Amino acid sequence: MTEETRDIYATSEADAKDAEGAHVYDAVGGDWDAIVDEASSLHEERIVVNMGPQHPSSHGVLRMILELDGESVTEAKVGVGYLHTGIEKSMEFRTWTQGVTFCTRMDYLTPLFNETAYCLAVEKLLGITDQIPERASIIRVLLMELNRIGSHLVALATGGMEIGATTIMTIGFRERERILAIFEMITGLRMNHGYIRPGGVAQALPPGAIDKVHDAIPLIRRGIGELEKLLNENPLVKGRMVNVGYLDLTGCMALGVTGPMLRTTGLPHDLRKSDPYCGYENYEFDVPVRDTCDAYGRMRVRFDEMYESLKIAEQAADKLQKTPGPVMVEDKKIAWPAQLAIGTDGMGNSLDHIREIMGTSMESLIHHFKLVTEGFRVPPGQAYAAVESPKGELGVHVVSDGGTRPYRAHFREPSFNNLQSFSALCEGGQLGDVVVAVASIDPVMGGVDR
Amino acid sequence: MSNAGENDNVPAAPGANPDPVVMGSRLGMFGVSDGGDTSGYGGLVAHVLFPAAAVRPYGGYFDEIADHLERALVGGSASYAQAIERVVVDRGEMTIFVAREHILGVARALRDDPMLRFEMCLGVSGVHYPQETGRELHAVYHLLSITNGGRRVRLEVTCPDDDRHIPSIVEVYPANDWNERETWDFFGIVFDGHPALTRMFMPDDWQGHPQRKDYPLGGIPVEYKGATVPPPDERRKYS
Repeated sequence: MTEETRDIYATSEADAKDAEGAHVYDAVGGDWDAIVDEASSLHEERIVVNMGPQHPSSHGVLRMILELDGESVTEAKVGVGYLHTGIEKSMEFRTWTQGVTFCTRMDYLTPLFNETAYCLAVEKLLGITDQIPERASIIRVLLMELNRIGSHLVALATGGMEIGATTIMTIGFRERERILAIFEMITGLRMNHGYIRPGGVAQALPPGAIDKVHDAIPLIRRGIGELEKLLNENPLVKGRMVNVGYLDLTGCMALGVTGPMLRTTGLPHDLRKSDPYCGYENYEFDVPVRDTCDAYGRMRVRFDEMYESLKIAEQAADKLQKTPGPVMVEDKKIAWPAQLAIGTDGMGNSLDHIREIMGTSMESLIHHFKLVTEGFRVPPGQAYAAVESPKGELGVHVVSDGGTRPYRAHFREPSFNNLQSFSALCEGGQLGDVVVAVASIDPVMGGVDR
Repeated sequence: MSNAGENDNVPAAPGANPDPVVMGSRLGMFGVSDGGDTSGYGGLVAHVLFPAAAVRPYGGYFDEIADHLERALVGGSASYAQAIERVVVDRGEMTIFVAREHILGVARALRDDPMLRFEMCLGVSGVHYPQETGRELHAVYHLLSITNGGRRVRLEVTCPDDDRHIPSIVEVYPANDWNERETWDFFGIVFDGHPALTRMFMPDDWQGHPQRKDYPLGGIPVEYKGATVPPPDERRKYS
């Protein structure tokens, strides 16, 4: 045999010597032949379908690995990580304030919840939780509740689109647009705001913001009503969603599922009630609950929650009119010196402050420079803060080593934990139900993968 | 205190943290190490002090948790004294340091005892302290009791870097399945007894565990308007 035609798979003498005395396992013998005969006589075919990561119903880049028997799903698994961007690692290399800019991008449908949860944790580490001005807390509540409606609208809109109802999608996104317009006016951006900061919020409300909220709420309420009329008793929607994606209380508890999914099992667990933060104890609202444990119930819970959020947003807007005051903690070692406002050119600036630091006070300039480039120090230790995001408990575990950067920031993302229930929801159901079940979990891969 | 010697003989005040844990030290006054410090403060050493073991009474519902846990562990694989290394109460939160071989028993007691009933585990978060020899890797569990009105407790388990093994608690809290995979992926902690400990986010053939402190952030210098901005981990830092 010449060198060119050598069989590259041939076992060399050296390999044969190595294998001497070792156990060799072959797929023959034993009852293997019986198993093969049985499988071929039953004409069983095992089909594994890979759905995603690029699939219109995969909510981003979710990969579903489904084992099918005809139309029935016998085994369902998920692969995640396609959107992992190392947000937690990157935060360790930026100041505590800059961390907000990272975590707002995790679950991009709930940016204000991510920011608030992170800031509550940092404030707990700093020990300034009770120094946060009331007005800042009210602004946080207002924005979070509007954000909750926006997130639920997208959940319903994309969920509707995935079962072929494009009108649901257009109405959902149309109503969300009203909320994004409010966000744009208050924070300057439609998403990824970086508006809520450790100590309060970045800038005061612009003039006319509260009126805009008051104007928008009836319109949003009417829009949600329109969606409800389309969906609630729609026989097609009910046919697709009732008794689909079933997960009862025991399952939710075991799998760490929180949020609307948990409340659809009849348990009224809501952190806004059980462990109030940002002054939620001062608002009148109910925790909507259903006991059907299925995708249809989750949809109805989301609808009910949106109405409750509108109630809270209305109360928050009223409170804002009665509560003037600062929106940032008083401590000058934490609060950024400039009380910024949206200028006529649309940029956040403060001419008075610039005049002071550039013209009259060298110390102010140094202080501003140090605080912005270096950041503030946080006493060593660890803290955990959680908020009720539209998806469930969003927890933040932060560790400080006394420096100007987080030593470690870890997010307990509700989407991530809820997605664990995927197999429990889908196995034994139909292939078409997988789409409905995933939509009822409402996972956002930006949050799952971080 | 002007009279420190006298105070050595009296017990620490309830709730006080008498001996903070030294987790490192910082040199100089301004947190920078890459420039010449002409201020005269360059030799200053400041210790990084983490909260120490708390002294009874802990305050709030923390005493109840400790009492019930002590009772619930009787007759189990390990007593309270054997299983619990120390209890830290800080910033209104209770942290129970558990010896790693007893974490499963403690978790089971916390979940099953009717007076404790922490039915929900909110995942495990890893923390890497390279300077803490013999206890480099920490696994931090947050538990929630909905039954008892939203009580929370934190469990902390440590393992040395050259023996990165912690028993899995998936058997008690199935919710921790993905979270333990995440912590394995990012810190390299092997959770023994996990049903399928594979990487969660990184590709299966990835080398290294990205959240560890010895794993570089990576990045390239970026040129902007003629100036070059170094990657984040090469910029000046102040801590």
